[in-house]
Amino acid sequence: MKRIEAVNDFVVKFANVNGSGSASANELFAKSFLRMGIPVSPRNIFPSNIQGLPTWYEVRVTEAGWLGRRGGVDLMVAMNPQTWDKDVREIDPGGYLFYDNTKPLPQSKFREDIHVVGMPLTEISNATYTDARERQLFKNIIYVGALAALLGIEPGVIAELIGEQYKGKEKLLKPNLNAFQMGYHYAEETLKDAIGLKAQRAYEVGDRIFIDGNAAAGLGMVYGGATVCAWYPITPSSSVAEAFQRYCARLRVDKESGQNRFAIVQAEDELASIGMVVGAGWNGARAFTATSGPGVSLMTEFIGLAYFAEIPVTIIDVQRGGPSTGMPTRTQQSDVIACAYASHGDTKHVLLFPEDPRECFEHAAAALDLADRLQTPVFVMTDLDIGMNQRLARPFTWDDARRYDRGKVMTEAELEAGKEFGRYLDVDGDGIPFRTYPGTHPTKGGFFTRGTTKDRYARYSEEGPVYVDNVQRLLRKFETAKSLVPQPVLRACGRKTRFGVIYYGSTSPAMDEAYGALEAAGIAVDTLRICAFPFNDAVSDFIAEHEQVFVVEQNRDAQLRTLLMNELNVDPAKLMPVLHYDGTPITARFITAEISERVRVLNVEPLKKGKAA
Amino acid sequence: MTFIAKPRLHHPTLKQNRIGYTRRDYEGKVSTLCAGCGHDSISAALIQAFWELDIEPHKVAKLSGIGCSSKTPDYFLGNSHGFNTVHGRMPSVLTGANLANRDLIYIGVSGDGDSASIGLGQFAHVMRRGVDMAYILENNGVYGLTKGQFSATADAGSRSKRGVENTDSAVDTVGLALLMGASYVARGFSGDKEQLVPLLKAAIAHPGAAFVDVISPCVAFNNHSGSTKSYDYVREHNEAVSRLDFWPSRDAITVSYEEGAVIEVPQHDGSILKLRKLDGAYDPTDKIAALNAIARAAADGEVLTGLLYVDPSADDLHAHLSTVKVPFNRLGEQELCPGSAMLDRINASLR
Repeated sequence: MKRIEAVNDFVVKFANVNGSGSASANELFAKSFLRMGIPVSPRNIFPSNIQGLPTWYEVRVTEAGWLGRRGGVDLMVAMNPQTWDKDVREIDPGGYLFYDNTKPLPQSKFREDIHVVGMPLTEISNATYTDARERQLFKNIIYVGALAALLGIEPGVIAELIGEQYKGKEKLLKPNLNAFQMGYHYAEETLKDAIGLKAQRAYEVGDRIFIDGNAAAGLGMVYGGATVCAWYPITPSSSVAEAFQRYCARLRVDKESGQNRFAIVQAEDELASIGMVVGAGWNGARAFTATSGPGVSLMTEFIGLAYFAEIPVTIIDVQRGGPSTGMPTRTQQSDVIACAYASHGDTKHVLLFPEDPRECFEHAAAALDLADRLQTPVFVMTDLDIGMNQRLARPFTWDDARRYDRGKVMTEAELEAGKEFGRYLDVDGDGIPFRTYPGTHPTKGGFFTRGTTKDRYARYSEEGPVYVDNVQRLLRKFETAKSLVPQPVLRACGRKTRFGVIYYGSTSPAMDEAYGALEAAGIAVDTLRICAFPFNDAVSDFIAEHEQVFVVEQNRDAQLRTLLMNELNVDPAKLMPVLHYDGTPITARFITAEISERVRVLNVEPLKKGKAA
Repeated sequence: MTFIAKPRLHHPTLKQNRIGYTRRDYEGKVSTLCAGCGHDSISAALIQAFWELDIEPHKVAKLSGIGCSSKTPDYFLGNSHGFNTVHGRMPSVLTGANLANRDLIYIGVSGDGDSASIGLGQFAHVMRRGVDMAYILENNGVYGLTKGQFSATADAGSRSKRGVENTDSAVDTVGLALLMGASYVARGFSGDKEQLVPLLKAAIAHPGAAFVDVISPCVAFNNHSGSTKSYDYVREHNEAVSRLDFWPSRDAITVSYEEGAVIEVPQHDGSILKLRKLDGAYDPTDKIAALNAIARAAADGEVLTGLLYVDPSADDLHAHLSTVKVPFNRLGEQELCPGSAMLDRINASLR
């Protein structure tokens, strides 16, 4: 029988029961590779449930550093009887099944083409512990110990991690170490060389950090100067506000008074969250909310008001599977159009597309600057894959010379000196007017903010020309945004090719890997990673320079492609959608297969004869 | 409504308040509401209240929702910033604005459609949070701007101008505000300025969530017989529990009232509410008694007005969140950004 043999390049999947304490054990497993200098990319696959339903944790061990999901499973750690059959089916031929053999299972429960490694986890745990909860929790640590022995993870590395986790909690430290040793020794003695997957010390992690995108976004909001956070709990975005709270408690408490330089309000719903952000933004504080698709739907009326009344607003949209309640715990990039054109009437909004936690941090801070500069809503379009999974990323950086861009705010001194103030007056030709904070001056600079039509001096008006003047200026402002938002990232293959690939956000790691695979298969493509909407000229140029452009997205309706067609007037035939939308993160295998197949078809088309890829 | 522009010049003999402003300095644009609208009387009462309180007009932020009432912030305090938000959502915008700058005074103006129907949720939650504001509900029991539909505060059994009977029970806004945790609850009548101005003054000065429900007849759609929000009906059925005098903290003025008829309620910020009780048994610091009195009056078909409840030890959302004294909108990088050295330490903890 075939036996998968691999060093520092394999996928381990854990099948667990939600709420059984497996999450921290599995994280310990994943981190142990990092400490050995081997990059990993773990992913939670979890149900919309707190306890009892199946949950999976997939760890891709990848010395080459591919952080996307690979697809396929080399070793399944099957700890959940509920999903046993499905889990066993998922193992690649020649792969391994690690399971708890305390209770014997009939032969029909296994497969002929995989290697089965049994270990009496429950028996060992029950023999050592009497408390039911301890039996469960330590069983998890015991299997981590066994896997360490089976895969060649250095035990010292895990001991170090356990030590860090239970620092100052001696009562927990020792029993965890013991459980780990128990599993390690059992496997070392009785399961020698049972698995052909091996970890070997490498030097590929470098100074990279390991963090989830939501925590990074929360930290970015602290660095970017957000003082007001109003939110309503919704998966998968809740941990953004929670991270903001955690970091603020550490970094934003005035040492002398013990008082907070932040306010976090868990609102009654998303309508109130965005309302509070609008109110705070109107009054000159940096404010944000974090939500997901259903929340954005609820917020759209306010988003239109903020667009039309020109109020800075920052929204982090951690996208999940839609529509409706959809797939709350699965990932998608399916809010692109909903956010780009959110609200009734003619509206369009600035969107940022971070690719990883590092960019969640950067884009969060950048969004606050952009919202103030442009006096408009700005969306940070992350998703569950980036937001709720820990990911290796370049360390965060901050330039201490950087100043917050508070945009055009007229001061009391300027008003006093007689500078002309018209709230909606385009003084610089960039479509961006000056604003004043409430309370600035006793007699000058006051104005009435409204969602109805107004003239350049904020006076109510229902005159057609006045309305047109205002909305045309808003278009000029959107034009200005093009040069302020993060620019797209080009990867030119260095050869003449008629194929281009456009992608964005969490598709990045899978695309990076697919790029190499396509190249190896002799398919040359240039790629452009879109980092923001509105699109600037670099995007139109890229499309113009290629005969066919694949637009890789994680939604059914090719939403970014629609946006490209609509905003750049591109011939739809030129943009070929490559779509992955089953709720799992897109893989390099998928992209490579899709693009290879289409290139093959395009190359045999009579019209394209004579042109090689 | 009138189309005559207001003259800008003030008569030199106009009386000034302690900070040198005349009442005219507290006015706004000419109202576009119907002649005789109760809402205009409320705007006038607000102008009077702010003038008497010696508050600089630009230190006030006016927020409203959508509807006839919500248009009124344009008609008073013309030099203040105002924000006409979206229907029923003024409370959340006011909350955010208040968090951004705790130094301003916040006035929320809403109507019965805005607060009791579409905005009932936000109305309840802004009271729960204790946002420091004066929330004024201009209550006429009818949708004026869309021409005469019943609102959720219309009493069951009352009739619309077209003779249709309302069969839904009414939302009791003062009772709800009390239950939700408002720390100052009053009800006035737009036709009784003498009672209304002190109620508004005390609400403005109250350091917490202050709610004033003002019955304000709609002359166009809800001032006929069969309405329970008409001028005639309210005048006939008004039962005032108290007459209020409000003294800001700097005035240690004592006025002699009849023994037993006056109670002094010192507030958290040092200001004093003086209450001349018309109903001898009424104690406005007793929340349960207040709820009882409101329910009893409603059962009797009476409109209870006056100061219904005040919590003298009230505090607000900033106190609950323990925020710094400096307004957030004045904090910069120095106070907000932890800097690169700290970021390096955070990076180190993530390896």
